[in-house]
Amino acid sequence: MTTLGTSGLILNEKLMFEHSDPGRKGYSLPALDVPEVAMPAELVRAEVTGFPELSEVDVVRHFTRLSTWNYGVDSGFYPLGSCTMKYNPKINESVARLPGLAGIHPATPEHLSQGALKLMYELQTSLAEISGFPAITLQPAAGAHGELAGMLMVRAWHEAQGNPRSKVLIPDTAHGTNPASATLCGYQVVPVTSDGVLSAQTVAAHMDDEVAALMVTNPNTLGLFESEIRAICDIVHAKGGLVYCDGANLNALMGIARPGDMGIDVMHFNLHKTFATPHGGGGPGSGPVGVTEALVPFLPVPVVTSSASGYRLQYDRPQSIGRMRSFFGNFGVMVRAYAYIRTMGAAGLKHASEMAVLNANYVRAKLEGTFHLPYQNRSLHEVVFSDRDLDGDCHTLDLAKRLIDYGYHPPTIYFPLVVKGAIMIEPTETESQETLDEFCEAMLAIAGEARDNPELLHAAPVRTRIRRLDETAAARKPRLKWEG
Amino acid sequence: MEFPEDLKFTEEHEWVLVEHGMATVGITDFAQDALGDVVFVELPEVGTVLETGKSFGVVESVKAVSDVYAPVSGEVIEINEELPDTPELVNTSPYEDGWMLKIKLADNAELDDLMDADAYQAFVEEEG
Repeated sequence: MTTLGTSGLILNEKLMFEHSDPGRKGYSLPALDVPEVAMPAELVRAEVTGFPELSEVDVVRHFTRLSTWNYGVDSGFYPLGSCTMKYNPKINESVARLPGLAGIHPATPEHLSQGALKLMYELQTSLAEISGFPAITLQPAAGAHGELAGMLMVRAWHEAQGNPRSKVLIPDTAHGTNPASATLCGYQVVPVTSDGVLSAQTVAAHMDDEVAALMVTNPNTLGLFESEIRAICDIVHAKGGLVYCDGANLNALMGIARPGDMGIDVMHFNLHKTFATPHGGGGPGSGPVGVTEALVPFLPVPVVTSSASGYRLQYDRPQSIGRMRSFFGNFGVMVRAYAYIRTMGAAGLKHASEMAVLNANYVRAKLEGTFHLPYQNRSLHEVVFSDRDLDGDCHTLDLAKRLIDYGYHPPTIYFPLVVKGAIMIEPTETESQETLDEFCEAMLAIAGEARDNPELLHAAPVRTRIRRLDETAAARKPRLKWEG
Repeated sequence: MEFPEDLKFTEEHEWVLVEHGMATVGITDFAQDALGDVVFVELPEVGTVLETGKSFGVVESVKAVSDVYAPVSGEVIEINEELPDTPELVNTSPYEDGWMLKIKLADNAELDDLMDADAYQAFVEEEG
């Protein structure tokens, strides 16, 4: 087998500060043709020292070398479960860099920013059609920020009914940010145990008139569809509660099923995941939120509206939860998502979901004879194995590190928490059968190594510039600044 | 894996040692093994009144962040001041140096709801 991972010459690179040479510059200015004026002494800060002094070539090589240490979705397969690391088509980048979109100032008056407002309005309309919610806000800056916006609207709705209520139910297969969002909104989180899929009966047992909402992730973090969702929504609604859906896993449903049709009241999208904009480097992201008619009065301001006289930013909404983000959200991510939706079209989006599910099940079928599969239900867009059957005292972490030697970004590990030693694989729709075959061969080869030569796993990674890091020491005794 | 005979245990993998109306609480050998290297421990302040089954603190390992639940109710009268700086004690000595807090028992009857060492060992084997 020819593996993707190989060894080659890797260039070392020092910190910029260590390159510094006094007097070295990255610019040259024309000769002075006006009298020199000394800076007023009170404006000169004596304590600022130690800035790196470098030439242009020093700086270019510095960042170019650093870039060669990187591994991204443009370098290879990136099956990081829950993160939807699909390939981001370059046409989205071209569109986002159009000067009229990239250079627009957020304070540009409405009548001069009709194109940008139209794009936002049409993106809202597209997301509404995809999700089945009548109204969308584009403002939140990322998924968890969308959760916060959504739960603030839930709270505002309950307050308008006369009682904010005190509790939020969250199943053990929900995303880890859900409890934090509920807590930030002043709710007490009640964990609910599921059996892989949440049962309506369990929800009924926990429902009372103090429960403001159930927060459910669908498909959940095991990659399983919450098949009782319709009945669950009815039970929650019957007791006066609302249902929040974490839409981070929409990549399994897009074009096939609409959360708004399932009885869900609020859902956030992760444009950076499902709608193919680069992420994984800390953002920027975008977490629009869709709501039912009942929650429309509480949407964050401003809301983009359309009328005969053009597109408007509407601020006069007395019941709004207020502004969630400076200006209008991460506009560049909206442009990329809009380009993605328009280039894919309705049929293309549906096909993407179908391929995402097919690819995950293909990986599952190839690996389930070797790796332990704790939940047997049909997988959607991702599959979660465990390290139970790994030989040679090898664990999930060892497998993940060994995969790096083979040239792959490791899957998500030790999440979801309901699976001990979880290995969470989300291939996404953009990978070819050849890539999936090569990855599965690597996984099977590593399982064989664990049995025959476990030291290979314990020592991994061996082909990387830096060998296995001591994560424990890094967390217990972090060194957070450079000292020369 | 150790299951000391003189301790009581919860399904959430806390242990309790009762002496003179006072309960010393920590997490079990099984729990520390499942968590992996513990890197951070957050404990309540002395004087906090705990309610059975409610979270009283957080244990963070390289793999995960977990809540720790009060096995019995009562007032916290002492916490292990060493843990914030040396969280590894939870791994190296879960039943002794890695203890977390001492609680003044509010209701002795609550102890009857806890498992003894044999029952906990059986519980862990079934779960594991």
